[in-house]
Amino acid sequence: MKIHEYQAKALFKKHGIKIPDGGMAFDVEHAATIAEDLIARTGNETVVVKAQIHAGGRGKGGGVKVVKGVEAAREAASKILGMTLVTHQTGPLGKTVGRLLVEQGMSISRELYVGLVVDRETRRICLMASTEGGMEIEEVAAKTPEKILKVWFEPSTGLLPFQARQIAFGLGLLDKQVSKATALLSALSNLFIREDASLVEINPLVLTGDGDLVALDGKLTFDDNASFRHKDHEDLRDISEEHPVEAEAAALGFSYVGMDGDIGCCVNGAGLAMATMDIIKHAGGEPANFLDVGGGADAQTVKKAFKIILSDSRVKAIFVNIFGGILRCDVLAQGVVGAVTEMGIAVPLVVRLEGTNVDQGRQILADSGLKIHNAKDMGEGARLAVALARG
Amino acid sequence: MTILVNEKSRILIQGITGGAGAFHTRQMLDAGTRIVAGVTPGKGGQKFDDVIPVFDTVAQAVEKAGATASVIFVPAPFAADSVMECAAAGLELAVCITEGIPTMDMVKVRAFLEGKSMRLIGPNCPGLIAPPIAQKLGITPHRVTRPGRIGVISRSGTLTYEAIGQLGALGLGQSTCVGIGGDPVGGMDFAEVLALFEQDPDTDAVIMIGEIGGTAEEQAAKFIKENMKKPVAAFIAGRTAPPGKRMGHAGAIIAGGKGTAAEKVAALEAAGVKVAPTPAELGATLASLLR
Repeated sequence: MKIHEYQAKALFKKHGIKIPDGGMAFDVEHAATIAEDLIARTGNETVVVKAQIHAGGRGKGGGVKVVKGVEAAREAASKILGMTLVTHQTGPLGKTVGRLLVEQGMSISRELYVGLVVDRETRRICLMASTEGGMEIEEVAAKTPEKILKVWFEPSTGLLPFQARQIAFGLGLLDKQVSKATALLSALSNLFIREDASLVEINPLVLTGDGDLVALDGKLTFDDNASFRHKDHEDLRDISEEHPVEAEAAALGFSYVGMDGDIGCCVNGAGLAMATMDIIKHAGGEPANFLDVGGGADAQTVKKAFKIILSDSRVKAIFVNIFGGILRCDVLAQGVVGAVTEMGIAVPLVVRLEGTNVDQGRQILADSGLKIHNAKDMGEGARLAVALARG
Repeated sequence: MTILVNEKSRILIQGITGGAGAFHTRQMLDAGTRIVAGVTPGKGGQKFDDVIPVFDTVAQAVEKAGATASVIFVPAPFAADSVMECAAAGLELAVCITEGIPTMDMVKVRAFLEGKSMRLIGPNCPGLIAPPIAQKLGITPHRVTRPGRIGVISRSGTLTYEAIGQLGALGLGQSTCVGIGGDPVGGMDFAEVLALFEQDPDTDAVIMIGEIGGTAEEQAAKFIKENMKKPVAAFIAGRTAPPGKRMGHAGAIIAGGKGTAAEKVAALEAAGVKVAPTPAELGATLASLLR
């Protein structure tokens, strides 16, 4: 689960990491009040108004404005709030801005990068840091990999002090900055472990004119598998950031990802579901979705799955691709027949069954009198679905 | 011969009294698996289906029933602990079926397993089956398998069954089928299982089914190029998957432009692996290598 910048920063603060003074607003007036307050308190006219969406690249998309004075802040807030922000991470449709973060301006002497991820290759936590803060880190990694410093550690020990020093000196920090940096790095590493994060990023981490290290930005993603031990994370969920159909499917125990095509897919198992999208594309069509109904799918599952698939009005054909293992093909075929009879599905339906009791399953579909296309293998099923979607 | 298990392996089921554990224990017995014990803390002294002794701890199952390998059906919050209990009790192999284990728990498990001899398959996997010796440690539908000389390795469950089904339709049986699981941090990877198949005198060729995310397929390609003489066929799922989206499996995600199917296919082909163009041609692609 992703959370907003202002929520990530609140967690940073809780773990002892410095963040800019500021507040979150749902409306323009509140944003202006926060700006007024900040200016009165800090004596600094410069404030930053930032769009809060679950995607990077906000600055380039016009979602971040640095302004002077309350009126300018109000104007920036009214421009950003409600705008559709399109960045390289939002997709072409963009995201509507519903929340703002208003912060004090900072005097910046250096911009650094710090990030933590679980490294799949070493099976350890990897802390990365770079002197090239404020840039896209993927770009830095591709062009100048030597500018990314890395250390690996285990959850039981956490980041070791020498590793933190190694990074701090590697970033060219001096004197008191070093101990500030090591404290920040170990705090961030502890946060990563305790909160079951899968990604934490501060980009940029700034060295201010006063020699402080401040998290100017914050990105945090939690590991969904660990949600059972972090009930408090649920309060951080922003439903408006979630794809409504994906959320509905997740509630049913399915895994759904919307795509741009017109062939709806209903598959058991994640690997086979990906492979089904691939073979549709190979046959010249475009999948409308990834849908894994789970390895233990039963007859009831089919109906729920059809409902999810057909909530996308672009779907012109459905391809059911099931390998029956524990789930027998005859049981599944009865489920398909039941769902079609009950729901009256208007788009062509192609079913490919394989595995346990496959002959009985195919017979049930053939005897149903319903217009269900029985495919003998996955390749034929995909070709049929593509042809039928074209009409 | 088979890999990872043999005729003498004595199997223990952790979570044998739970719904999935009980169901699949009966399936495994139907497949011929030598199940000698179950473990559910607090239920020691009971007998599962009046036959299989249940113990409170893995150490007891080892001491009293001579268990050598475990299949884990324990719920996700406790599953990592179960894996570590197996390693501490001196088992040779643990197969963890459980889906949804926190990644941080698996990072801890990997650190704990360091320096210990136990092998781990999974989690979030269908486990393994060795048809020639009728030993099934997991949930693979055993009736679609048949004894033979092809090795199968996969990150996906149903796609493994698909491969087994397609091989069987061509008359090609399997020596051992291993589902290594779809999580970002797990036990044995492709290269480690490939090494076992390369050494196994009763495996002639291997089919490997990978998917987007991570670099395990690229590492496998490197291993194949440098170490393998046996022919390898492959398939990579997720050519059409969009970046940044988790495709069902926690590990199936293209992150930061890395882990795409195209990179994996290219690495495998450069290593001399024949990659099936579609999932309908898994069996045929492998068969073409045997001619």
